[in-house]
Amino acid sequence: MTETTVAPDDQVEHNEGDEEKRTVVRTQGVKKIYTMGGTEVHALRGVDLEIYSGEYLSIMGPSGSGKSTFFNMVGGLDKPTAGKVYIDEVDVAQLDAYELAWLRCRKIGYIFQSFNLIPVMTALENVTLPMVFAGLTSDESRDKGMDLLKKVGLGERHSHKPQELSGGQQQRVAVARALANDPAVVLADEPTANLDLQTGTEIIELLREMNESSGVTVISATHDHKMLSVSDRVVWIKDGQKERVVLRKDLEIETVHVEGE
Amino acid sequence: MTEQALAGGRTISLPMSKALEISIRSLKIRFGRSLITTSGIVLAIAFLMSVWSQNEVIGSLRDANKSEINLELQKNGVETLMAEGVDASDEAKARLAEDRSKQTWLISLSLLVCVVGIANAMLMSVTERYREIGTMKCLGALDSFIIKLFLLESTFQGLAGTLVGIVVGLTMTLLLAMLDYGMFVFEYFPTGGILRSALAAIVSGTLLSLIGAMLPAYKAAKMEPVEAMRSDT
Repeated sequence: MTETTVAPDDQVEHNEGDEEKRTVVRTQGVKKIYTMGGTEVHALRGVDLEIYSGEYLSIMGPSGSGKSTFFNMVGGLDKPTAGKVYIDEVDVAQLDAYELAWLRCRKIGYIFQSFNLIPVMTALENVTLPMVFAGLTSDESRDKGMDLLKKVGLGERHSHKPQELSGGQQQRVAVARALANDPAVVLADEPTANLDLQTGTEIIELLREMNESSGVTVISATHDHKMLSVSDRVVWIKDGQKERVVLRKDLEIETVHVEGE
Repeated sequence: MTEQALAGGRTISLPMSKALEISIRSLKIRFGRSLITTSGIVLAIAFLMSVWSQNEVIGSLRDANKSEINLELQKNGVETLMAEGVDASDEAKARLAEDRSKQTWLISLSLLVCVVGIANAMLMSVTERYREIGTMKCLGALDSFIIKLFLLESTFQGLAGTLVGIVVGLTMTLLLAMLDYGMFVFEYFPTGGILRSALAAIVSGTLLSLIGAMLPAYKAAKMEPVEAMRSDT
């Protein structure tokens, strides 16, 4: 962990755009209705939320709460039945397939619960794949990919295939891949659910580190209470509605309070 | 550099070489199953090639129109051009045409079965890789990239299968023809005709695998990237 260094030029680049509370994702009255077997299921009943650039936000909620649906909306993976989702001030619903692919490639980095590395590719190739889609030359992407792998502490293992890596290492590769095109937002869908306690903590720390060093916004859906202590804000979703939003400083008081009981 | 690209909104290039690389590796990793798919093409093309090359060999022997060869041909129930210098009778011509149409029917059937087999195998391959495809789409892959991936994969299988099929079909035919006509086969070897048949077989084999892969590739490309997020399987 100590060897993870931060490239100085990277920091400069991002500090410039790091204004106070710039909104990066905004949802307005987002509703989602699924029709299942003739009955309408209201997965989301109108959620308003602003997510600021550079913050570390956790979305919590029991399964079936609409948490995943909301998370997918925020990540541009699903379109709302009603309401609007803006990512970087762009209305996601207005985008065609080509523009959506562009958005996913450049603006959003995804981290999955089950890592989802491409099994036939090495760690380095997995990290450089989004750069290939973005049109970088192979030299550019190789150099950048190696830098990213070093940042997540896997510089030595760049030629390993996913099945030759442990779960924690695979998730580290996935973190590097998510950061490949310097996205505005990293979306992490229960990134620690398939990891043991120790490795999960390490991944959370890594995400927090990346968030602090490169100023990337991290949004994660989680059940994991370890996530709470590093989050700037926690949003609870219940019954398709935003139940409450808690800032970290309030959260600490709350946890202390709970522990005190 | 990247900032520039972001600002300029440079179009996402279509990395053909990457698609090529991934599809070859996917084939390698599922070598056993791709072998079974390929063997379907091998059989169909071997049949096609054996029929075509047999036609060429016998046609060439018939055109030689030598009495000793004609005797052998007649022994094997092949219509000959009768005596030297005389045209084939109308009846013989009609019978030849009938044989040809029966052959065409058989070939079409075998090729149809082959296409269905390929489509089935590719559909399996797509279903198996839902998560992989979804992930690629999340990373910014365009539909066209996914389509390319699957069409290339199928084309490689088709090409490999066709080449093996041609060799198998041709060898079988030549061995059988040698049993019947001995060295006459090589004396009047229809090199041009065989080459033409081989070329036609390569084109049809590759085309068939492409056709078989179209629907599965389209299905894969239209997949929603949310699939990658699903935790099951």
